[in-house]
Parts: sequence; structure tokens; C-alpha cells
Amino acid sequence: MSSVNEKIAGKIRSIASSLLESGEVAAFLGYTTGSLPGMMQPYVARDAKEAENLSWSSFCVINLANYLPALLKSFEPPRRPNEPPPEGPLPKVGVVATGCWSRNMVVQIQENQIDRNRVVIVGISSRGMVDRRKVQRFVGNREILSMEEQANFLVVKGKDFEEKINRWDVVRDNCKTCTHPDPVIYDELVGGLSGKRDIPDRFRQVDEIEALDIEERWKWFQEEISSCIRCYACRNVCPLCYCPTCFVDDSRPQWVGKSIDRVDTALFHILRAYHCAGRCTDCGSCESVCPMGIRMRLFTKKLQKDVLELYGFEPGLDVETPLPLSTYKVDDPEDFIITNIKKGDKK
Amino acid sequence: MEKAKKNQWEPKIIAFLCNWCSYAGADLAGVSRYQYPPSIRIVRVPCSGRVSANMILDALRSGADGVLVSGCHPGDCHYISGNLYARRRFALLERFLEFIGIEPGRVNFSWVSASEGEQFAKVAQEVTERVRRLGPARKLVKEIDSCPA
Repeated sequence: MSSVNEKIAGKIRSIASSLLESGEVAAFLGYTTGSLPGMMQPYVARDAKEAENLSWSSFCVINLANYLPALLKSFEPPRRPNEPPPEGPLPKVGVVATGCWSRNMVVQIQENQIDRNRVVIVGISSRGMVDRRKVQRFVGNREILSMEEQANFLVVKGKDFEEKINRWDVVRDNCKTCTHPDPVIYDELVGGLSGKRDIPDRFRQVDEIEALDIEERWKWFQEEISSCIRCYACRNVCPLCYCPTCFVDDSRPQWVGKSIDRVDTALFHILRAYHCAGRCTDCGSCESVCPMGIRMRLFTKKLQKDVLELYGFEPGLDVETPLPLSTYKVDDPEDFIITNIKKGDKK
Repeated sequence: MEKAKKNQWEPKIIAFLCNWCSYAGADLAGVSRYQYPPSIRIVRVPCSGRVSANMILDALRSGADGVLVSGCHPGDCHYISGNLYARRRFALLERFLEFIGIEPGRVNFSWVSASEGEQFAKVAQEVTERVRRLGPARKLVKEIDSCPA
């Protein structure tokens, strides 16, 4: 592991253990090393001793904000759905957050899923997380037995090979186009901030698809989702998905069938992406956990682009600005309304 | 109807009309004897803000060739702002469906007030014309043989 990551991990451990020791937080949510090379596992430390297991690397691909609402709830006394929360302060939870994760926490605060006073956020400026699939492809799908991280390189070792890979070559697509690597909200900071990044063509992947004609786009969409096995990993990992009953589980009416019928799969992906409109921060967790390698991030990226174009909004940057679909302006664009088109061209 | 037109394919269009404006507008179109194509199947909803993407896609899945969602003009909503929230949602949905390859014209949105009977007939004609040009919808229709193997 690189010294950069080791330093960060050391600081996370010391912050976490002091928070847990002093009793300020009841649990600390971070990462621990997984069982395979290049795999990191979300981890909840509940005492200072467990905090020693916390770690950090370029493979922390799952958005930790996803676990926060449930983790906070687990420290509340049980109550009925409409019963108000008990009086007095509830236990706090510490959590590690990079740019996009902290932005998702902002969205969760806006949507009343977490209470800012109950989370202690340890911010880390993200260097971009590595796409395990890209590494795998880089070494020709040979079995990887160990992965060593250096400042700007990955050293990948297998049974009879050793490759040195430029780290930026295998960083995830969403991290490459990330404009906010720094945490938006935090209580403590590990390492320095790297500032806002300016990426002029960050919607390039979306633009490329938009340039295709309509039938080609439909073909692309069908091909992209054709391998979907409907495991819902993308939904389960998403920090925006916290409905008690998901629309895919509704049975009356059943919006989406349970089979792997191509129409049901298409509807699932359309609606899943659409639910993230104006809320998705492009953290890339959905894509990272997909067992079939579907690039469903492109769907949410398109919605992100439209929200920016139509309403000039980027999610999770501050708690005060309301989410775009929970507000409106009197003069919102409405050129798609057919009665307006007719008014427009008086022929 | 003329004999030549008898075998012509007529689109099926599901129209979600808000109770306070567009539904009354459609009613007025009928009462005033305005002619419009019989392709529209009306579902009355309390407000255009009630219409979710789920409902629109469900109509397409069930075999509708087109969908029309119509509500009060901005500022006229019975619930003050339901149609303004809906407008944002529809704008995003419309663009997204087009992005993944659903032809523009399958899903349509309009504002029709309770006094615009003639306007409703025009909208119905326009939407029918659009959908007729596109032909029967196949892409999101769930059929027995759409399941792989």
C-alpha cells in the first residue's frame, strides 16, 4: 500500500479511536481490507479496538452514505412509523467521506434521512477510485494475487507476471470527470484539499450517445442492459435508494415485472435512473458493484446533464438550495409542451 | 367513415387529464361537438402532478401507442403549483426517453384549460397525427415473446 494511503488510514484510525474512546460516537463507519486483492469492504467499528481494522486505499468504491440512514436508525429506540423521535440527544455516528459521498450526505440531510447533528464526518479529498475491471482487463484477465499501490502506480502481481500500471489509466470513468473531489461538509479533515477541478468535457460520454440517431440509441440501450440479471445490486448500493418499498417490489400495481423480460429490464433501468434525477452525484457505486459490467452510470449522467442545463443545479453542493424536483420556477423551460409549440409557430 | 380508411391502423393513445382543466376541456370539446379522432382513451387524474413516470411507462408497456398528459396552464393549477412541479418532471422524462431511443412524439404533454374545448380537439388531433406517423409502438410493449429464450 502506498504511503499516501497508509498515512490517510493511520489518521482515520486515530480519529476513529479517539471519537469512540471519548464516547462521542457510538460507531464509526469506514472501510476495512477485503479478502481479495483490490477489494475493500465497508466496516463499522464499535469500539477503539475495532477501529484498528479501519483502512484506506484506491478501491473504496462503495458510497458509505448508503449505510448512514440505517446505521443511525439502529441506535434509536424502536418506535412506530408515525411516532416522533425520543427527546434528548441520540447517539452519533462517525463516517468517512470523500467529495461525492459528502454530497450524497447533503442530499440525505435535505431529504430528512440523516440528522447533521448526529454525524461526525471525517472528510478526505478523493484522488479517484480505481476500477477493478479496468485493472483486470489491463492484465488480460489473468488471476491477480496481489496489488500494491504506489503514489502514482499500481503494481499488480499474479502467478507468473508482474505489471506496473499507471494509476490514472485505471481510475473509474466517473472519477475522471469528477469536479468536486473535496468533501462539501466535514467536521474533521484528513490530508489536504485539492480544490475544484475544471473539466470542460465532463459529459463527453453522454454527448457521444446523443450524437447517434434514435434507432442507434435504442440499440445501444438494449445492448447495454441486455446482460442485466436484475440482482438490484445497483439499487441496493445507491445512497439515494431508501424507500421502505421500492417500486420494483410493488405488486399492486406491479410497475415492473419480476422476470428478465427485456421490457421489464428496460423499465427497471429507466425508472431507477429517473428516480435519481437531480439527486445523483455520480459517485459511480452502481457501476462498480454491477456483476455484469453494465454502464448504468450513463443513464444518470444524462439526467445530471439535463438538470444542469435546464435548472442550473448540481446536487449536494449546499444544504440550503432545494432539490430541483422539489421546487419550481414560474418561467421554467417548457418548449416541449405541445400547446406551446403550436403557439410558437403560427403557420 | 370512408371505406378506404376502414382498414387503416388507428393508434391507441392513453390521455391522463387533470380533473380541473383538461378533463373539463375534453368534456367541453364533446359538448360543443368538436370533431377529434377516436384514438384517445382518457384517464382522469386529480392533477397533472399526480402523473408519475411509472404511470406513463406502464401505459406504454401495456400496449399504448402514445401517451398524452395534459393539465392546467401554469398559474391556473387548482392546487396552486402541481403542474409546475410536474413540468420539471416531464421535461426530464421527455429528454431521458429520447436519450434511450424512444421516439419523440410517443409521450406528449400539453396545457388545456376548462374553457378550451376547441384547443383540446386540436391537441387530440395533433397527438394522433404524431403517433400515426410513428406507427405502432413496439419498443416498450411487453409481449409473451419478449422474454429471451
